[in-house]
Amino acid sequence: MGTRRPRFLGPMLAAVALTVSVAACGSGGTSASGPAGSGAPAEKIKLTVALFSDFHYAPLYEEFKKTHPNVEIVERRAQFNDHHTNLITQLTTGAGAADIVAVEGGYVGAFTPSPEKFHNLKDYGLDKRQSEYLDWKWQLGVSNDGSSLMGLGTDVGGLAMCYRPDLFKKAGLPTDRDEVSKLWPTWDQYVETGKKFVAAKVEGAKFTDGPGEHFRAMVEQAPVGYYDDQYNIIAGTNPEVRKAFDMGVRMINEGLSAKLPAFTPPWNTGIAKGSFATMVCPAWKTGTIKDQNPGEGAWDIAAVPGGGGNQGGTHLMLPKQGKHPKEAAELIDLLTSKESQIKLFKEASALPSLPVLYDDPAVAEFVNPYFGNAPIGKIFTDAAKALKPQKVGPKAGDILKAFGDGLQRVEQGKQNPEEAWAQALKDVGRIK
Amino acid sequence: MATRAPDRLAAVPPGKPVRPRRRVRRHLVHQLDVKGSPYAYVAPFFLLFSAFGLFPLAYTAWVSLHEWVLLSDEQTFVGLDNFRTLLADDYFWNATFNTLSIGVLSTVPQLLLAIWLAHLLNRPLRAQTFFRVTLLLPNVTSVVAVVVIFSQLFGRDFGMINWMLSWFGVGAVPWNEGVASSHVAISIMIMWRWTGYNALIFLAAMQAVPRELYEAATIDGAGEFTQLRRITIPMIKPTIVFVVITSTIGAMQVLAEPLLFGVYTLTGGVDRQYQTLALFIYENFIKLDLGYASAISWMMFIFIVVIAGINYLITRRSRGGLL
Repeated sequence: MGTRRPRFLGPMLAAVALTVSVAACGSGGTSASGPAGSGAPAEKIKLTVALFSDFHYAPLYEEFKKTHPNVEIVERRAQFNDHHTNLITQLTTGAGAADIVAVEGGYVGAFTPSPEKFHNLKDYGLDKRQSEYLDWKWQLGVSNDGSSLMGLGTDVGGLAMCYRPDLFKKAGLPTDRDEVSKLWPTWDQYVETGKKFVAAKVEGAKFTDGPGEHFRAMVEQAPVGYYDDQYNIIAGTNPEVRKAFDMGVRMINEGLSAKLPAFTPPWNTGIAKGSFATMVCPAWKTGTIKDQNPGEGAWDIAAVPGGGGNQGGTHLMLPKQGKHPKEAAELIDLLTSKESQIKLFKEASALPSLPVLYDDPAVAEFVNPYFGNAPIGKIFTDAAKALKPQKVGPKAGDILKAFGDGLQRVEQGKQNPEEAWAQALKDVGRIK
Repeated sequence: MATRAPDRLAAVPPGKPVRPRRRVRRHLVHQLDVKGSPYAYVAPFFLLFSAFGLFPLAYTAWVSLHEWVLLSDEQTFVGLDNFRTLLADDYFWNATFNTLSIGVLSTVPQLLLAIWLAHLLNRPLRAQTFFRVTLLLPNVTSVVAVVVIFSQLFGRDFGMINWMLSWFGVGAVPWNEGVASSHVAISIMIMWRWTGYNALIFLAAMQAVPRELYEAATIDGAGEFTQLRRITIPMIKPTIVFVVITSTIGAMQVLAEPLLFGVYTLTGGVDRQYQTLALFIYENFIKLDLGYASAISWMMFIFIVVIAGINYLITRRSRGGLL
């Protein structure tokens, strides 16, 4: 009787146990990154690869395992935006990053100011690959201070202009892709062509989707964009940016725009239904078009005004948290090798970043029947070769969005161009 | 608990002599048991609440006093600077206005509709359960699915609503471009999800209203609407107060609808025409500007307390015949 335990102890213990176990959950993530320390080559090693879509790497992993039987490769994928924001959190909190991470062109600049968070690939001899690469692609993977090689490029997104021959025919414009390319060596001539299209009053169709992507392409073609050589934001004072903005305003004022901002659901529908006749087209957008099922030959591909360009394309990087940088470096060397890139071009239409491959018949003579047998290998690689390197700063994506929103405010009639420009600059000023 | 104490004392065998010290100890243990046990039983909730509710609240307040950007290694103490910047920030007041506007547009019609629906269902009907489950279905649907579908319906060029409006000669409305039109569209999405849910809560309350009152009222010649106004609404007032407060809190925290309306947008449209406070927090959070985001969170918390308080006073004070 005297030994009876007071009743409150039970729940109290339960509460404590619960709290402790919850706390344990919170700290459990850190120990999951695998055994520490690399040494003996025979040791079992697990490499994680974090991507934002299917890169078609599976056969290449098998190839790697032939020479590295002790390595197990685990791939994880997340949605595009989540993938990159997760990576930032993982780097800042110091836990959870994969051994190899894919970083897309729009985000590379966010990481290159922080070489201390990544392994320097020079330490693993990968700077020997420099001569193979397109210069601008190689430079994107170098840290801002130039001290560290942070990433190796995979694919590039050479730029072209997609157009609809049926709508061009209705408007009395040429439909052959070479003649179409000759219509617009410059952006001014592109706008002039657009005015002819408007004058022909093609029913239910505008000349282009919206000015945002054109603005982006024009800025990225300039020798200097939103940032100067010291990575200061100069978007407000750079005449190239203003020129591109004014070109966007002209497109709106001349009635060229279908007011369908890229990558929205109505834009997708517009691609299928032919609501607009042209759009800026990086190599990978051919996949987007095909997904909307507009029909074979509905869209064709011509050269982009302003001479060449690039949008997107990816680098592979090794976060410092990874415990097996040597094996990881060997793996990305393989994933980006000539042989791999040509395989990936054939399988996944990923445009190689190694110019030596551009003369390879597999690339140079590749035609796409869905786009009226357009020689897309040649069109897109010409564009990628013509691009000159530009310093891309950490917040380039946010800056682009500020100007893109500004153009849309003009398009929606909410503001006049001067107000929109002023507010865009104000928004850029808020970027920290 | 108190009523059980005498039984326990009686359980001690009466004749047996008990040494005083032991008796004192047992008395103490017993006292502790009676007084302490209830607290111990509720402790798990409060421990978890402290860890996941109270601590984040306090820590957010602490973060809001700093220039706290996740990417930089040092977080400097800036006092109330973030709040000063915030009160002078047009975008903050824009988000506040949008939140209030969407809140009123969605909550008021929603609650009226919910009471009406509950009233309709509060009578002998065939397939009652079917109707009640149907009411709850929109609420079980994922909010993302709801917003994606409604965004299609509200599309400018190919949306069904504009197609139907065109029968009446109305031109294509760009729903997500205007301030009023986007607020209406978002309010409709919120109403779609929450009207049925609130109707069920009202229905539960209405079923507790004694039938005799309605019978007496019918004999006295009161019509349907009079009965609703004079009997039902006063009788379920505590429930109405509860629903008004929870809906207000919900309306102040709207995030997913503006985030996904039309296209994924952190700014709520190119002119921030439908950016709510929660979305404004999220925008700054994504920019990793945690200090500023925390300051906005605290302002939002204060707004919610104030607005919920006002609503409480209004609904409690409004005239009600029976109580």
